[in-house]
Amino acid sequence: MADGIVVEGVRKRYGEKAALDGLDLRVGRGTVHGLLGPNGAGKTTAVRVLTTLLRPDSGSVEVAGYDVLKQADRVRARIGLLGQHAALDEELGGRQNLEMFGRLYHLGARRARARADELLERFGLTDTGSKQVKRYSGGMRRRLDLAASLITEPEVLFLDEPTTGLDPRSRAEVWASVRSLVGGGTTVLLTTQYLEEADQLADRISVVDRGRVIADGTADELKARTGGDRIDVVLRDAGQLGAAVALLPFAAEDVSVDVDRRQFSAPVADRMSALTQVVRALEAADIEAEDIALRRPTLDEVFLRLTGRSEETAEADVAHAKEAV
Amino acid sequence: MSTLTGTDAVREGGGFALALSDSWTMTRRELSHWGRQPVQVAVGVIFPVMILLMFGYLIGGGREVGGDYIDYLVPGTLALTMAFGLESTVIAVTQDLNKGVIDRFRSMPMANGAVLVGRSAADMLQSALSLAVMIGVGYAIGWRPHTTAGEFLGAVGLLLLFRFAMLWIGIHLALVAGKPELVQAVQILVWPVGFLSNAIATPESMPDWLGTVVQWNPMSQTATAVRDLTGSVGGESGHVWASVLWPLALLAVFFPLALRRFAKLSH
Repeated sequence: MADGIVVEGVRKRYGEKAALDGLDLRVGRGTVHGLLGPNGAGKTTAVRVLTTLLRPDSGSVEVAGYDVLKQADRVRARIGLLGQHAALDEELGGRQNLEMFGRLYHLGARRARARADELLERFGLTDTGSKQVKRYSGGMRRRLDLAASLITEPEVLFLDEPTTGLDPRSRAEVWASVRSLVGGGTTVLLTTQYLEEADQLADRISVVDRGRVIADGTADELKARTGGDRIDVVLRDAGQLGAAVALLPFAAEDVSVDVDRRQFSAPVADRMSALTQVVRALEAADIEAEDIALRRPTLDEVFLRLTGRSEETAEADVAHAKEAV
Repeated sequence: MSTLTGTDAVREGGGFALALSDSWTMTRRELSHWGRQPVQVAVGVIFPVMILLMFGYLIGGGREVGGDYIDYLVPGTLALTMAFGLESTVIAVTQDLNKGVIDRFRSMPMANGAVLVGRSAADMLQSALSLAVMIGVGYAIGWRPHTTAGEFLGAVGLLLLFRFAMLWIGIHLALVAGKPELVQAVQILVWPVGFLSNAIATPESMPDWLGTVVQWNPMSQTATAVRDLTGSVGGESGHVWASVLWPLALLAVFFPLALRRFAKLSH
């Protein structure tokens, strides 16, 4: 089957700064693809190019089998977009919004109305359908926004940081909605700053930095490349940190020690056996642990591995570049 | 320029009918806003009425205009009302551009020009409403058109044509600046530009150089032509052509500029 999204060598400059610097991307139909990267990596620019909102300086882009530049309207008829900021008419009610968008997708008045009711129901907004969107809570707004991007049951759905700024409950709701869509064969491109989110939702992940893809693979592959899961151990006595680390079978260069927090952290290959090993070793040496936790690597750690820079310096780079412009 | 998708949509989606239907949907959107913000609409209508009454009775009373001042003032403030419409266009377009909803419109297979058509239709309706109220108030305070219904309608047509030119200047300005700061600048600047006309006072009552500027103001042409076509004080024949040509000339410049700017949103 043809790919849902094919991006080749896309560049877009704003003055001195290259927002996209030779972006390549291939997303299979019916899969969820995560675009993972820090602020300013070019994720939003990529989404804007893919959704026909922004013309790239060079490169080729195909979405749902059509050229984004030459067949923009065919692309537009087949995509849905959930942008970073609510793309809704704040003055109108929720139902009015969905009906208006339905008409603009040329469903006709009656089908637009029926579709609006259906979506309000599905996203639990039926009761608040006539309320002005500006009076909606953040979570409700996000759900209505998602509903609006699903009016035509798009072939390709773009989600640009869909859960940034949402409380955990709303985030879980958005995740559940996205999962239910994937069953229907929709291709989804998801941008996120959270490794966990990409991990939860995406079949494959591309890590983006400075406008290009620097790593690509399934969540497991990426984690394997970046050292996989980590174990964090907090000791009662910071003085024993050195002894504890020496006891354990970790390569010294992989272990990071934080004396102030009385903690060391190390990558682990097999979660459960690592946990038992640590517990036993500490017990045998009579070193008291306050807390032991297994966790996924953070984006910062993934980044550090892939780029040799931490996410914060990456953002600082971006800030510098922006000042230069 | 494939992003000026008015044309694309027409070809792809089945023609002119869809572009029309999109434009109607966008017009309805603006009208729904009125329903949600009745106070704002009312303020917009009452504002020029206040100007008329203020100048008629508080500030301008007793001015030498070669006849009854109210009779001179009413057609002038009708033109002024159309000029001030520029401000509401700039505000509305700027607000739209700074909200995410424009991105959704632009990512949809609709005729994108429909956004601007909807804006135009709604603003023209608002101005027509404003004009009707102003004419009613003018009548109530003693203004009486002395000409045929045809000439009177001609005067209304000239006013709306002038408003239409202001509309596209406003759309262009908002697209160029796109920032709320511009709104403030426009809000301040419409005053001197609006009053640098013969709407409130005759050019003869001003210093020579100022009177010349005032006579060249396209708004003065419209005001004089409206006075002429309604048989009001200050009317002079020979200005109707200028009040047709001026707005058309402004449109010839700003209409294509605005469309080009709109298409360039994707750059």
